[in-house]
Amino acid sequence: MKLDALTQATGEWLKGTGPESDIVMSSRIRLARNLAQFPFVARASDQDREEIERFLRERIATAPMGRDLDYIDVGRLEEVDRQLLVERQLISREHAEAQGARGVAIDKVEQVSLMINEEDHLRIQCLHSGLDLQGAWSQISMVDDQIGCVVPYAFHERWGYLTACPTNVGTGIRVSVMLHLPALVITRQIDKVFRSLHKISLAVRGLYGEGSQAMGDFYQISNQTTLGRTEEELVAQVGEVVPVLIDYERRAREFLVRETQQNVHDQVSRAFGILRTAQTITAEETMQLLSRVRMGVLLGLIGDVKIADINSLLVRTQPAHLQKIRGIELDTKDHNIERARYLRQHFEAAGGGASPN
Amino acid sequence: MKCQKCDKPAVFHITELETGEVRELHLCEDHARAYLNQAETGGGEEPSQGGGLTGPLTVGQTADELALLDKKACDMCGITFFEFRNQGRLGCPHDYVQFERELEPLISNIHGATRHTGRRPDRAATGQPESTAELTSVIGLREAMRTAIGQEDYERARELRDQIRDIEARWHVPPKA
Repeated sequence: MKLDALTQATGEWLKGTGPESDIVMSSRIRLARNLAQFPFVARASDQDREEIERFLRERIATAPMGRDLDYIDVGRLEEVDRQLLVERQLISREHAEAQGARGVAIDKVEQVSLMINEEDHLRIQCLHSGLDLQGAWSQISMVDDQIGCVVPYAFHERWGYLTACPTNVGTGIRVSVMLHLPALVITRQIDKVFRSLHKISLAVRGLYGEGSQAMGDFYQISNQTTLGRTEEELVAQVGEVVPVLIDYERRAREFLVRETQQNVHDQVSRAFGILRTAQTITAEETMQLLSRVRMGVLLGLIGDVKIADINSLLVRTQPAHLQKIRGIELDTKDHNIERARYLRQHFEAAGGGASPN
Repeated sequence: MKCQKCDKPAVFHITELETGEVRELHLCEDHARAYLNQAETGGGEEPSQGGGLTGPLTVGQTADELALLDKKACDMCGITFFEFRNQGRLGCPHDYVQFERELEPLISNIHGATRHTGRRPDRAATGQPESTAELTSVIGLREAMRTAIGQEDYERARELRDQIRDIEARWHVPPKA
């Protein structure tokens, strides 16, 4: 697979389609699986890791869905290419930064990704656009069934699927939705919302998962526990809370428009102005401003900009993407200049996106 | 006195009064801060970081009990319970059997449950059992084979190799190159 081709396309999860996609960016489910006949990755020797990688790669290729996957040898990639996969959410940061034999198999629309030798031997991920946990669940259970037919997953009568970390044991499932919640951030209600989520044992994380900071008002909500409930129950646990959060965010957006229309209009217009005219801009500021513009578009305060475009810019303005698109190596300072140039060119070509009034 | 969660000296001595129960904690500065933060935010700590793993288990155990427990090692992969407590990651699937008694309170604390109720591998077609304990035993056999080769006991090494092959064949795992 040519990684450069990835930068030309947009992953399915960024299409800005699917139910509730004004607030729910994507729905993701992952399953942690291990082979019974090897030590877990952290305890595996270099030779073990090579054997695990080869075993899984060869076996997965014999499964019906495995034939349509592209396989990438992550261990042999340059840093910028590994970073590119992280930015597209196809591998985790841990997987990018790990050592030894490892790889990822990806389908054509970037919905399915199979990470080999991450924390567990196999991490299956399905990533769908908008609120589509049911779609992601039916796809991932099919993938899991097919792989389970060709490899011996480590399984214990009482503990279920055995994982390197006891926090994942049992179902090995992590169900998460990525939400765009700018109005809850602006109205300072976000912390209250998160505290109530913790109480019902749901976790809140930033855009790039575990340990990452929430950037640009994007948050991931996911289950904390994996044992003692069925996969369907855990999918439902996360699924049930999403409509409530959507409702909170919608009400906060309405409140902003009703009570502080001029203020909000001013804020999003300024954000848009900076993105179109800045000469140097960091990735963090870009994400923050794109978040505000995204809200402005959804509130009808900014015209002529497509949500799919904003979603795509969120990924394409990140360091590895920018570097691949421009085809040159950049240091941080050049990055910021190049990013500003890319944004200006993008909005010029897109027709300016003038305010509707 | 040592911190209950690591080897640093305990400088914070916390007494918790919960529903009539008195609980004492002796912690180093770092763990005390983590513990107090956790209490404040309602347990918002991320469990997969491994940080929350060691806490519930060690509370209430004496240093002697812990030292003994820490030396316990897995028959297959050789990881000690001490190594697991430090790294927050287990060594192989057999650890769940070897350390079952020690892991139970920990898992119960994390998940609020101690039994899997979700999906199971469908091995009906192959006639294999759901539990993969037998296949996992090759991890220990492989290690024994390496030792035998190191001691130039080739007869023993051959026996072990054949045992591994038998098990792998039953599980349709081809012998390794």
